[in-house]
Amino acid sequence: MNRIQQKLQEDKKLLSIYFTAGFPEMNDTQKIITELAKNGVDFIEIGLPFSDPLADGPTIQQSSTQALRNGMTTEKLFEQLQDIRKSTDIPLIIMGYFNPMLQYGVEKFCKKCQECGIDGLIIPDLPVDVFHEAYQSLFEKYGLLNIFLITPQTSEDRIRYIDSVSNGFIYMVSSASVTGSTSGFGEDTRAYFRRIDGMNLKNPQIVGFGIKDEETFKQATEFAKGAIIGSAFIKHLEEHGTEKIAHFIHHVKPLT
Amino acid sequence: MSYQVDEKGYYGDFGGAYIPEMLYPNVEELRSKYLQVMQDEKFQEDFKNLLKDYVGRPTPLYFASRLSEKYQTKIYLKREDLCHTGAHKVNNTIGQILMAQHLGKKRIIAETGAGQHGVATATVCALMGMECIVYMGEIDIERQAPNVARMKMLGATVIPAKSGSKTLKDATNEAIRDWINNPVDTHYIIGSVVGPHPYPDMVARFQSVISEEIQKQLKEKEGTTDPDFVVACVGGGSNAAGAYYHYLDNPKVGIIAVEAAGKGVHSGESAATSALGKPGIIHGSKTLLMQTTDGQITEPYSISAGLDYPGVGPMHANLYQTGRGEFISITDEDAMKAGLELAKLEGIIPAIETSHALAIFEGRKFRKDDVVVVNLSGRGDKDLNTYIDFFNL
Repeated sequence: MNRIQQKLQEDKKLLSIYFTAGFPEMNDTQKIITELAKNGVDFIEIGLPFSDPLADGPTIQQSSTQALRNGMTTEKLFEQLQDIRKSTDIPLIIMGYFNPMLQYGVEKFCKKCQECGIDGLIIPDLPVDVFHEAYQSLFEKYGLLNIFLITPQTSEDRIRYIDSVSNGFIYMVSSASVTGSTSGFGEDTRAYFRRIDGMNLKNPQIVGFGIKDEETFKQATEFAKGAIIGSAFIKHLEEHGTEKIAHFIHHVKPLT
Repeated sequence: MSYQVDEKGYYGDFGGAYIPEMLYPNVEELRSKYLQVMQDEKFQEDFKNLLKDYVGRPTPLYFASRLSEKYQTKIYLKREDLCHTGAHKVNNTIGQILMAQHLGKKRIIAETGAGQHGVATATVCALMGMECIVYMGEIDIERQAPNVARMKMLGATVIPAKSGSKTLKDATNEAIRDWINNPVDTHYIIGSVVGPHPYPDMVARFQSVISEEIQKQLKEKEGTTDPDFVVACVGGGSNAAGAYYHYLDNPKVGIIAVEAAGKGVHSGESAATSALGKPGIIHGSKTLLMQTTDGQITEPYSISAGLDYPGVGPMHANLYQTGRGEFISITDEDAMKAGLELAKLEGIIPAIETSHALAIFEGRKFRKDDVVVVNLSGRGDKDLNTYIDFFNL
């Protein structure tokens, strides 16, 4: 069983953290992963920076621009990750746009992921039908789960289709927005969380977009298995570097 | 073999809809309805009437006798510069604003490079009384000030794109983000034959009025619907798609696409996508794309704000890859000289985009009896400052 699937079986709400590889400093990747894992984070999403991240808001886009300026490349990310499994067992997911993967070679990319111990991928601009037709068997060959997004506008039929080709969790985008643009969840959003929960999908849902602290984490996980923090963590790294990661995590999810 | 789009939205290997799930409902709504809406009788009637009475179509097909004499071939200019708002862009925005109305949308967003598409969008929004937001790169806002003023007069809000190269590609990213954030009431009027399916096909169909008219007009003037060559400049490629459309599957008609080589194809400051690009994904479609070996999109350069886009539409990528189209790159300098030459020989000041297409006659020889139609995509008023600076006028 894949590390993501194992973690999803634990009887608790899960916290996933996103960070952009190569930000704030080129060689922070390993340190950030180690700190997050040590402080009770359940999944880590490692962002492969892209020049034109059209689903991201300004915070994550700027971190990507900085990471690219720092010299981050696909090859360098794999170099940074090659020994990561010697120090941690936390489920690791690479999140990135499809073009850099296409240029690297999709099969070579998947193979490298397997060699480094990556468990899954999130590729926002790879549509589910293209994945299903062209890449699903390749991902399976290298033991990678592919995580799909759904939004409040995704139709029920499509959610069921996405559920049928998924084998990990469904990334439930909290509202119609790019990353980092909401504050708190209103009644509409909670009704949406409840509606999806009521669909009894085979894959659990993890909420992303708009989670930044303990309160929003609790709201997001009332009807979902877990939640993802991205922009708020990037802002923290921007202000404090890699020094106060523990403080940030315990602010969201106090030690119990 | 057909060079038209297939039912999945591909032109050969290129096209498709590589979009985040957040955009899926919007794009899917359009995909499932656009052909049906376009075939609707009322839609056709409104579209044709507006093109005739508001845009001023048909635009003339003008035999450029002095230019023809100089280059020893028969050169016709399709005068899209005489369209209302000064370029071919309005053919598409008229079509798309009617499409938006049929889909029940209330708010329009658009991206613009040179400002021609922004002006055309702001114009049709004013015409229909719809809210209009135009994203434009900060650098383009500076170099296309008259068009920014026009958009504002027409009631549009112009929002500067400040990320990346601060030009067209970044304005497009910002517009896509706006659409993601406003999925229900907003229609995104893309200005070129780029973006996810069905945009390349839909925009090409709206622009195909150009080649439809060329067929009729050439028949009157030359006794044949088919020229030997159709020439057009390609940034994203909407004027070119419109000029080629009815000739795509007619091998007797040669297709010539002209790209901006900037300061030279290999100078590092260029926008010649066919020469420098590789297959990749930009703004939702698979196409030829200027990028690093790592798949990061590179920043294009051209003296012409309408041509500095790092990709081309998927139709053009396929024309290049299959050899159906002949692709030529023209430097800033050669384009500027060709623009000035047309002004002096024919009394027409072309947009610098079009000047690239006109510049091919210096190097590409045609036979004396060849009929060559150049799509004169826009007028040069917006580029006067660039012409003034370049030639010290």
